[in-house]
Amino acid sequence: MAAPLVLVILVAVTIRAVLFRSSLAAFISERVEVVSPLNSWKRVVEGMALLDLDVSPYSGDVFHETPLIVYLFHFLVDYVEIVYMFTDVLTAVALYLAVKEYNKVSFKQQKLYLELNKYSAGSIDLLRVPTEMHYVPLKVAIFYLLNPYTILSCVAKSTCALNNAIIALFILATVKGSPLLSAVFLSLATYQSLYPITLFTSALLFLLQRQFIPVKMSSRDFWLFTCQYSSLFLGCLTVLICHSFFLLNSWDFIHSIYGFVLSVPDLTPNIGLFWYFFAEMFEHFSLFFVCVFQINVFFYTVPLTIKLKEHPMFLMFVQLAIICIFKSYPTVGDVALYMSLLPMWAHLSRFLRNIFIVSCMLVVCSLLFPVLWHLWIYAGSANSNFFYAITLTFNVGQILLVSDYFYAFLRREYHLHHGLYLTKKDGTEATLVLK
Amino acid sequence: MGLLSDPNRRQALSRIITRLNAPLCVISYLIGVCWFLGLAFQPFTLRTYISENSMGSTMVDEKFINGDRALSYAREFAAHKKSAGGSPVAWLERTMRGIGLEVYTQSFVRNLPFPDEATERFMVKGTNVYGILRAPRAASTESLVLSVPCSEGQNNNQAVGLLLSLASYFRGQIYWAKDIIFLVNEHDLIGMEAWLEGYHDVNVTEIKSSVMMGRAGAIQAALSLEISSDVITSFDVVVEGLNGQLPNLDMVNLFLAFCQKNQLLCTIQGKLQRNDFDTFPGYIHNLQTMMLMVLKQGSARPQGDHGLFLRYHIEAITLRGINSFRQYKYDMVTIGQTIEGMFRKLNNLSERLHQSYFFYLLPSLSRFVSIGIYMPAIGFIILILILRSLDLWIKLSRTEVVTEDGAGDVEQDPRPSILSLATPIVICHATGLSLYYIPVISQEMATDHFPVSESEAVVLIAIAIYVAGLALPHNTHRALTGAGSDQGWMTLKLISLLYLAVQLGCIAVINFSLGFILAVTIVPVAAVVQPGSAKLLYALLLALVTPATTLLGSIFLYRELIEYPVTFLECWQIFLQAIAGGMLDHYLYGSLLFPFIALFVYPCWLQLWNVVFWK
Repeated sequence: MAAPLVLVILVAVTIRAVLFRSSLAAFISERVEVVSPLNSWKRVVEGMALLDLDVSPYSGDVFHETPLIVYLFHFLVDYVEIVYMFTDVLTAVALYLAVKEYNKVSFKQQKLYLELNKYSAGSIDLLRVPTEMHYVPLKVAIFYLLNPYTILSCVAKSTCALNNAIIALFILATVKGSPLLSAVFLSLATYQSLYPITLFTSALLFLLQRQFIPVKMSSRDFWLFTCQYSSLFLGCLTVLICHSFFLLNSWDFIHSIYGFVLSVPDLTPNIGLFWYFFAEMFEHFSLFFVCVFQINVFFYTVPLTIKLKEHPMFLMFVQLAIICIFKSYPTVGDVALYMSLLPMWAHLSRFLRNIFIVSCMLVVCSLLFPVLWHLWIYAGSANSNFFYAITLTFNVGQILLVSDYFYAFLRREYHLHHGLYLTKKDGTEATLVLK
Repeated sequence: MGLLSDPNRRQALSRIITRLNAPLCVISYLIGVCWFLGLAFQPFTLRTYISENSMGSTMVDEKFINGDRALSYAREFAAHKKSAGGSPVAWLERTMRGIGLEVYTQSFVRNLPFPDEATERFMVKGTNVYGILRAPRAASTESLVLSVPCSEGQNNNQAVGLLLSLASYFRGQIYWAKDIIFLVNEHDLIGMEAWLEGYHDVNVTEIKSSVMMGRAGAIQAALSLEISSDVITSFDVVVEGLNGQLPNLDMVNLFLAFCQKNQLLCTIQGKLQRNDFDTFPGYIHNLQTMMLMVLKQGSARPQGDHGLFLRYHIEAITLRGINSFRQYKYDMVTIGQTIEGMFRKLNNLSERLHQSYFFYLLPSLSRFVSIGIYMPAIGFIILILILRSLDLWIKLSRTEVVTEDGAGDVEQDPRPSILSLATPIVICHATGLSLYYIPVISQEMATDHFPVSESEAVVLIAIAIYVAGLALPHNTHRALTGAGSDQGWMTLKLISLLYLAVQLGCIAVINFSLGFILAVTIVPVAAVVQPGSAKLLYALLLALVTPATTLLGSIFLYRELIEYPVTFLECWQIFLQAIAGGMLDHYLYGSLLFPFIALFVYPCWLQLWNVVFWK
């Protein structure tokens, strides 16, 4: 299995290296779909320049990356293209290993459930088999490395690639069952872009499941482990933030990063939902609506955790998608991360209903972004409404995609426990209706 | 989620799509075409009106009277042009300076990728002369342009004369709030491109030009003038620009308003406006005018010098003086007053023209169709592709899953391998790439070995590659064993249909006319093609709707519409010129038509060709 992975990595690195050398790189790095004010490379360069001049990088309103990133690139600025290619490869390998491990775990779990007779006899067709699972990790790696979104993001040198790598390592650490590393990477991811904090519950549930601790309010082990994990997480986060403080000797970065993420002052168009809405709104309403918009990312954690507490990995996938849809400065790099996990759920394909329409929607929107941008900004003949319409369609497409997978997952679980062929009381075939 | 997740309703929906697919497609095509034809019908169009406030309400009293001076300038210019054998740069500079303008010149050199036989150009060298009239009342932050091409022969001398006499008249007025640039550009579009690139200090084509010394403010609007006779009977307004971009409709409205004020006869596409809108001949007349606009816009060529301004966010139109056999003629005074009036209104602009429409079709000069009304026409035609691909998708997934609800047996039917699908797609795109690159690269080799000129070589190589692409399906299938299955061609057709739909959708937003011309021809055939017994019929149909045939047909239709019909042989000659012209437009001005056809539409069409010959 290692040989195909190496081949894929070689192909992916070649594509990136060619694109880095081509004239397209400059064009791509200016695209609003690929870079946001948070992660654009141009701004990182600006931050480093300010740092060189002994000025706080956060003194202007340009730089919004974390202090660790600016120091990291301070040392690696000469090898930046290699760093980005390496980051992408690292992400892919981490995802590959994580999915491989997860497949093992879920296969074991399936076996256990079968032995405990938890599955209905009629659901034998739905069980996962090793032959089908064998290529899933490779597919995940391919989906990540050869996804045009990832390639664009890497060629634009968007720091989103680094965030993706951290999240991938976090997934790997969680799946491998190491609370310490999991907490470290989760806190790093949170430190980088704040939103991954919503992955906390899924990681916690997964680790609990791995250690066979039941999720019960009355159980002592449960509370002990939760405290342990959260204190690890908070401890790491505190260390990171204090470290940042000592690097720059000021707390400016808190406001400049997290304030910037949460209060959304930069309304440059992007593929998200925020910019148009707040550009159109009267200033004195904006605080209220910023809260309403931001709540979306965090609030869905509660119902989803309750519904999916037996399936933390799927919860994590859904959370990643939700972060990508509702975050304040999304880019295609974020989309690429959760899309690369789609092959993990290939066994749901028979229950997917709108995948064809949704994938058409996403492809069409991705192509219309540059067209309408051209008409709006260069030709001057269209206006922002055209672009926002496509943004909206793109996000609706993503939401339909996630809900389709969610629905398919629930369907499969239901059929596993109740058999594939449902009959009504009078013996005729029954159909499930989601209302 | 009701409709999308309720299995019963979904089943009903998919049943409708599969059972009624053919009638739905036919209906949708008919609606699309009828909608388009209906656009020229008067009740469906809107009356044009000036929506920019600063141009609408102010009264202007034109006082230009130096018509004689314009004609004497014109004669002098003609004499100097003849003796200089090109643009009389020194004389122009002297005269403009004498009028009191700040005069600058800009020289440029452009080597064409291959000789242009239509205008006999290969290595173009020229000089643009322009004079800036500084606004007495503002700080040179905004400007307007009046441009006249210095053409070969006896053309456009009167336009230059009028430009100079207008300049000397404008110089004496105190109300200008924007700088006015008077530009005489040599080698029409090439000179214009050089000047625009120099003015904005960019280099998007490979033109080499001297550094521009003098600039006025940001150009707000531009007017290009072409007059070749001392008196004119009517003015023709030209709107279609590069890549089918159109100026803000307010420019056209402004022109119309002043023509009406001065009782000047004005036309669009060379067609007068008729008053009998409601009669059938009146409708046909409007339809012809609109079709001409669609064909010109679809060609993606700039139809006048104004066409290149549009890319730089500058609203511009070309005015062409026509001298026909009509009795009533207009002299330079009336023409000058019309242009003076337009400039004074443009002078009043307080921001860029943005109020009115940018996407429109003009069935007559005083009526327009906006984007919201014409888009459904192409929408209905693209709907066919979506319906067909949904039908194919349902058929493809039904062979796998027996019951609609997802809970069912999986048939062990081998899916088409990725290789058998990827090969034709990759080969089609490789053919497209070679169609794009090879003709220009290999022209020298062709001229060495064959008795053809360079431009013939380029066109013939392009045609050869185009035709050679048709032979590909046989060769690819020989290489792939066991590729053939029903699922294989269905999947390939599904991909091609979606690909075509995306292409047409994207191009229709940028250039509606081009999208519509392509859609109305390709889509019905793309929807029906399939391998099998009627293979030859489908192949013939496909060959009839290939982009090249569409171009041939469009040329024929165009000549019919301008009442200058051609025989087939002449049409073929024009067709060859049009191919060379289209490629030159791409290399000289950055027109998107040639790469779009070569890299996207043609490969997609080849994929459909592959579907027909699927074994």
